[in-house]
Amino acid sequence: MIVTLSKDVMKVVKDQDVVPFRNRVKEYAVKIKMGLVNQTKLITAASELVRNMLKYASGGEILIEIITKGRDNGIRLTFKDKGPGIPDIDLAMKDGFSTGKSLGLGLPGTKRLVSEFDIKTIVGEGTTVRIIKWANG
Amino acid sequence: MERIPILRMGHYLLVTIQVELYDRLALSLETDLVQMVNKTSAKGVLIDISAVAIVDSFMGRIIGNIASMSKILDAQTVVVGMQPAVAITLVELGLSLPNVFTALDVQKGMDLLASMIDVEQEDFDDYEDNNS
Amino acid sequence: MPFDISMILQKKKMQILEIWIKKQLESADLREDLFSNEDLRASCEELLEVLLSSLNEDNLTNPASADFDEVNEILAGISISQARQGFNPRETALFVFGLKESLIEILQEEIKDPQDLFTNCFKLNRLLDTFSITTFETFIKGREEVILRQTDEIAEISTPVIRVWDGILALPIIGTLDSARTQVVMENLLEEIVASGSSIAILDISGVPAVDSLVAQHLIKTVSATRLMGAECIISGIRPEIAQTVVHLGIDLSNIVTKATLASALKFAFQSMKLEVKRVQKDNRNIVS
Repeated sequence: MIVTLSKDVMKVVKDQDVVPFRNRVKEYAVKIKMGLVNQTKLITAASELVRNMLKYASGGEILIEIITKGRDNGIRLTFKDKGPGIPDIDLAMKDGFSTGKSLGLGLPGTKRLVSEFDIKTIVGEGTTVRIIKWANG
Repeated sequence: MERIPILRMGHYLLVTIQVELYDRLALSLETDLVQMVNKTSAKGVLIDISAVAIVDSFMGRIIGNIASMSKILDAQTVVVGMQPAVAITLVELGLSLPNVFTALDVQKGMDLLASMIDVEQEDFDDYEDNNS
Repeated sequence: MPFDISMILQKKKMQILEIWIKKQLESADLREDLFSNEDLRASCEELLEVLLSSLNEDNLTNPASADFDEVNEILAGISISQARQGFNPRETALFVFGLKESLIEILQEEIKDPQDLFTNCFKLNRLLDTFSITTFETFIKGREEVILRQTDEIAEISTPVIRVWDGILALPIIGTLDSARTQVVMENLLEEIVASGSSIAILDISGVPAVDSLVAQHLIKTVSATRLMGAECIISGIRPEIAQTVVHLGIDLSNIVTKATLASALKFAFQSMKLEVKRVQKDNRNIVS
C-alpha cells in the first residue's frame, strides 16, 4: 500500500528549467534521508527523462511525490508530456537503441538507476513515465 | 549567457566546473575548449569535475567528445576528481568512458599529463636525432 | 456457591507443578541438551507461582488485565531465551500447553459438578490461550532479533577496506556477490580511495564461492567505477575453477588486470608504482673482526 505524504508539480519547457527541477528533486530526496549514491542515481535518472521530454515533446509536467510503503520512504516522479509518443516501446527499452543522437542508453540505463520504472505511451497523444526510488534501495 | 572559464597553464588548459551543468552549458564548453586547444596548441587538457554532483549520459558524452576532439588536435584529456556517487551512477547507466584518462585529483592529473607528454617529447627528440 | 478456582489451584500448586514437569519430561521432544531438568523446574515453578498469585475470580475472564503483566513478562522472557537458544516453536508451545493440561486435570479432580467444571475449564482455557499467543509472538520476535543482528554483523564484517601500502588498498570479498553487496563494496572502496588518495585497489575474490556471469558483471562494474575515479583496480585470488567457469561462460575479463594471488597483485602494484622489495643482506664481517 503506497501512501503519498506530500507532492509538488513542476513545468519544464526550456533547457534552463532543468537545473531548478534537479535541485527540487534533491531537496525532496534529502528530506527523506536518501543516501548520496541513491540521490545521485535518482537525479541522474530524472535528468535523462527530462531531456527526453524536452527533446521529443518540447517539455511537459513533472509530479514530484514523497511516498511511503510500510517502513520504506521513497520519491516518485511522474513525467507527463503531450509529445508524439513512442511507436515501439519494446525496442526503445532495449540497450543500444536510440532515435535521437544520444548514445542510446537513455531508457534502459534510466531503468537500472531506479527501484521501479513504468512507461505508458500512446502514439500521437503523449508519454507518461513514472519512476520510484526508495530511500534505501 | 553563462560560460565555464578555461585557464591556461603553460602547455595545459585547466577547466574547473563549479556550477551545475545543463545541456547547453556543456555544449558551449565543448566548443570553447576545442577552439582554445587549437589557439594555444595546448598539449594537455585537465577537466576538474570534483564539484559536479550529476553527470548523466549527455554530459558523459560531452566529456568523451572533448577527449576525442582534443586527441585529434594532439592534446591529451584527463578528467579528475569524479565523485564516487557519480562514478557508480555512470557505470550503472552503462557509460564507462573507455577513451578518457582519469586521475584522483588535479595534482595526480598533472603528473599523468606530464608523463604522457614527456614520452611524446622524447619520441620527438629521437626522431630529430635520427634525422640529423 | 461458585467455586473459587484460584483458591483450589493455589492449594494444589505442588501437584500441578509435578504433573506439568512430568508431562514435559515424558514428551519425546524435550531438549535435554538445551535445557536441564533443574532449569526446567525453576522456570516452571517461577511461572506457576506468579500466575497463581495474580489469578483471582475477577481477572479470570479478563486476560488483558494488568494483573497478568508479570506473567506475560516471564513468559516473554522464557520464549525469547528459548528462541535464542535454538528451540523449535513446538517445544516452546508445549511449555504453555502442558501447563494448561495440568491445570485442567486438577480442576477435573476437584470440581464434581459437570456444569461448573465446564464453565471454569472454559474460562481457564481462554486465559491460557492468550498466554500461548504471547509466547508465539515473543518467540518470533526473538528469532527476528537474531536474524537482524546477524544481518547487521554480516554487513559490517563483509567489506573491510585495508590500506596495505601507501597508495594501495586491498578489499577481500567473502561470500556471494549480489547486487546489494556490490553496491556496498563499491561505495566503501570508492570512498576509501578518495579518503586515502590511493591509486591502486586490489579486489581479492578468494572468498567468493563461485563466479557466474552476474557476479562477473558486478566485478566489471566495480573495476569500471574505480577507473572513472582515476584509480587502477586489480582482481586477485582467482582459483583455477573460477578461471574455467569464466571462460566456459564466455565472460570477457581481458580489459581487467587479474592475478592468481593477492601476493602477485601486490607485486604488480609495487611495479606500477615503481617500488621494489629487496632482501637485506646481513653484513657479518663486523662480528667476525
